[in-house]
Amino acid sequence: MTLHLSAALDGAGWHPAAWRDPAARPRELFSARYWAGLAAEAERGLLDFVTFEDAFALQSSRFEGHDDRTDQVRGRLDAVLLAARLAPVTTHLGLVPTTSTTHSEPFHVAVGIASLDHASRGRAGWRPQVHGRDVDARHFGRREFPPLDPAALDWGFVSTLFDEAADFAEVVRRLWDSWEDDAEIRDAATGRFIDRDKLHYIDFVGEHFSVRGPSITPRPPQGQPLVTVLGHDVVPYELAARSADVLYVTPHSREQAATILGQVRDAERTVVRTGEPLKVFADVLVIFDGAERKARLDDLDGAELFSDALIFTGSAGELADLILDWRELGYEGFRLRPGVLPTDLAEISGKLVPELQRRGAFRTSYQETVLRERLGLPRPLSRYTGTAR
Amino acid sequence: MPKQIHLAAHFPGVNNTTVWSDPEAGSQIDFASFERLARTAERGKFDFFFLAEGLRLRELKGKIYDLDVVGRPESLTVLSALAGVTTHLGLAATVNSTFNEPYEVARRLATLDHLSDGRAAWNVVTSWDAFTGENFRRGGYLAEADRYARAREFLATARELWDSWSPDALIGDADSGRFVTEGAGEFRHEGPQFSISGRFNVPRGPQGRPVILQAGDSPEGREFAASDADVIFSRHSTLEDGRAFYKDVKDRLGKYGRRPSDLKILPAVTYVLGDTGEEAQERALHIRRQQVSGQTALSFLEAIWGRDLSGYDPEGPLPDVEPDLGEGVSRGRAQFRGDRGAVVKQWRELAASRGYSIRDLAVEVTGRQTFVGTAATVADQLNEHVQTDACDGFIIAPHVTPGGIDAFVDQVVPLLQEKGVFRTEYSGTTLRDHLELS
Repeated sequence: MTLHLSAALDGAGWHPAAWRDPAARPRELFSARYWAGLAAEAERGLLDFVTFEDAFALQSSRFEGHDDRTDQVRGRLDAVLLAARLAPVTTHLGLVPTTSTTHSEPFHVAVGIASLDHASRGRAGWRPQVHGRDVDARHFGRREFPPLDPAALDWGFVSTLFDEAADFAEVVRRLWDSWEDDAEIRDAATGRFIDRDKLHYIDFVGEHFSVRGPSITPRPPQGQPLVTVLGHDVVPYELAARSADVLYVTPHSREQAATILGQVRDAERTVVRTGEPLKVFADVLVIFDGAERKARLDDLDGAELFSDALIFTGSAGELADLILDWRELGYEGFRLRPGVLPTDLAEISGKLVPELQRRGAFRTSYQETVLRERLGLPRPLSRYTGTAR
Repeated sequence: MPKQIHLAAHFPGVNNTTVWSDPEAGSQIDFASFERLARTAERGKFDFFFLAEGLRLRELKGKIYDLDVVGRPESLTVLSALAGVTTHLGLAATVNSTFNEPYEVARRLATLDHLSDGRAAWNVVTSWDAFTGENFRRGGYLAEADRYARAREFLATARELWDSWSPDALIGDADSGRFVTEGAGEFRHEGPQFSISGRFNVPRGPQGRPVILQAGDSPEGREFAASDADVIFSRHSTLEDGRAFYKDVKDRLGKYGRRPSDLKILPAVTYVLGDTGEEAQERALHIRRQQVSGQTALSFLEAIWGRDLSGYDPEGPLPDVEPDLGEGVSRGRAQFRGDRGAVVKQWRELAASRGYSIRDLAVEVTGRQTFVGTAATVADQLNEHVQTDACDGFIIAPHVTPGGIDAFVDQVVPLLQEKGVFRTEYSGTTLRDHLELS
């Protein structure tokens, strides 16, 4: 079974004090050079893809609302544009930016990701994310959200946001299909640039938005760029089962990993998923050989590192053990969140990957240039093929 | 010292001016085409590269218009990728202010400014129609009269967001443990169009504020440009017309406390070169006939006649039927706003006096190239336009992708450089530097 590895890139790394590590480059976090360096490191490690976090709210140590801390990284770049900037300076690496399904326009996101796929020649992915906090909503002023209490989530409200996310993904996917692959004909005899019977209105009408189509952008090279979702509960698992190719989950133990996988397969049955089953990736926050480094950073931050994902501080060999063990359960991939950049990404490329290669569990060179293909997913025909009126 | 000329390159778009049938014509969507044109522009030391936008495919008679180029990428995404293969060239994106929100657009422009080391520009357009709105959450709710009100407030809000991080708000000092200053990004905007507050999450870009382009030509559009824009994308490309426009707009600057040099006026122009003037004229006519196929000529008349003319022979005489002056048959492009009946009458007279077919007429009345001649003549004319205040430079719109500015860069640019009116090397790094804007 193929093993897939990706790295989740965000700021200076996933430890809130990562930017204070001696290896960090805190003044360069908004420069292309910094991100190009990280992408090159990921490509050196033959990783399947990297993801880019994004949100409209400024980072905060509080769950709800901004804080007044000045000792953590604040600010981030638009993820789609960041991914696009890296497209021409990489050759194989998949590029998977996050966008908001709550505040962005589905039409703009669809053409943005399609354009990223054209610019990267078939290496684009997309991570739709729900943004339910009121701080994000206030930046748009169109909707007012109730306070979110993580201890007592209002599942009715949350479900509404996830239903909107499913509609959003449906619109995006229809827009990607709205041009058939051979729509451009350049037929000099009839003077036609396109065969308009191969362009399709998508006519989506939903509770939150309606979109007529077709896309302004020709079908992306992959047909459907890779769609990935992060989930911590059944509601997002069902969103993934309806809309995604890849699901990231956050088990903290082998036992939990098995339970979650069962829940995901249930979710697939609940929504009657057809086609390829979800490829399930486990998220792990990694600080290699990091007990001391983590303690030092915790100390600087004034709090012990907290994460939704498992925090791993062992050696590369120990992580390889865990990866191969969980793979036996049915995990096809892992999304590793480097605690400190570039240190822990370099450890992935320089130690974890060679260790996995030694065990015959990971590729020794890139074969496919197209991201879907690397994930073993077929290139889908447009859903509208053959429906010309 | 003579006035310095500013030059921009327009990636060929979705009008019939782009000749897709030419043997030299390449892909309109592959990144390689964008990269090739951008690299050529940078080799020619151009100020910036320009991408247009259209958020709904055009329709004629209720069907997607299929005779011109159809389809293009999202402009900011392509420009961000181009930032990776260029080093000095400005990168200008057209982004609509009706079907977007200021927070998101401001952060995308600020992101491009960071990722290009200070080369981002935003062409603010105000399309508001319900036809385009059918692709968006908000739909076509905006009254035409409100489009500039929204655009002005949209831009003002974006500036508040860009200014919400001071240049020294980002500290990143590991020893003291201070990453940012207190309150970095705090903003509150209360207005008729937008009521938003919070904290902007992109630090100030290298240019502070990206360069603002504006293309509106109405009195309202000119006023918007005079108060808010750094560059006007003008359609006044002839000498007389250009001078009148130039004076009109520059005269409006004073009341906003701005100097004439604070707003650069760049008309979109086309060019055709030849070894002799005659050869250039012949080539120009050939290109015009490529741009206006028989089918294109018919569709062009249909937009004015407001009815189906598909039964007419484009090589035959003008339609004898009377125009339907109702709501028209064309959607998704700038509408002809004059008296269509009068145009029909005028064209019939012109065709009768010259013996024109439908296609001859369309070739005659559309898409005449701006500068046609030898490289020396064209360079002289360009310089005359700038030195006599018809404009401050040009946005070159080539008719072929991606090699359409090659001849200009190879033959005309060196002559402008010899005259001492165009840079031989970039002297600055940001687009504001190139445009001599503060």
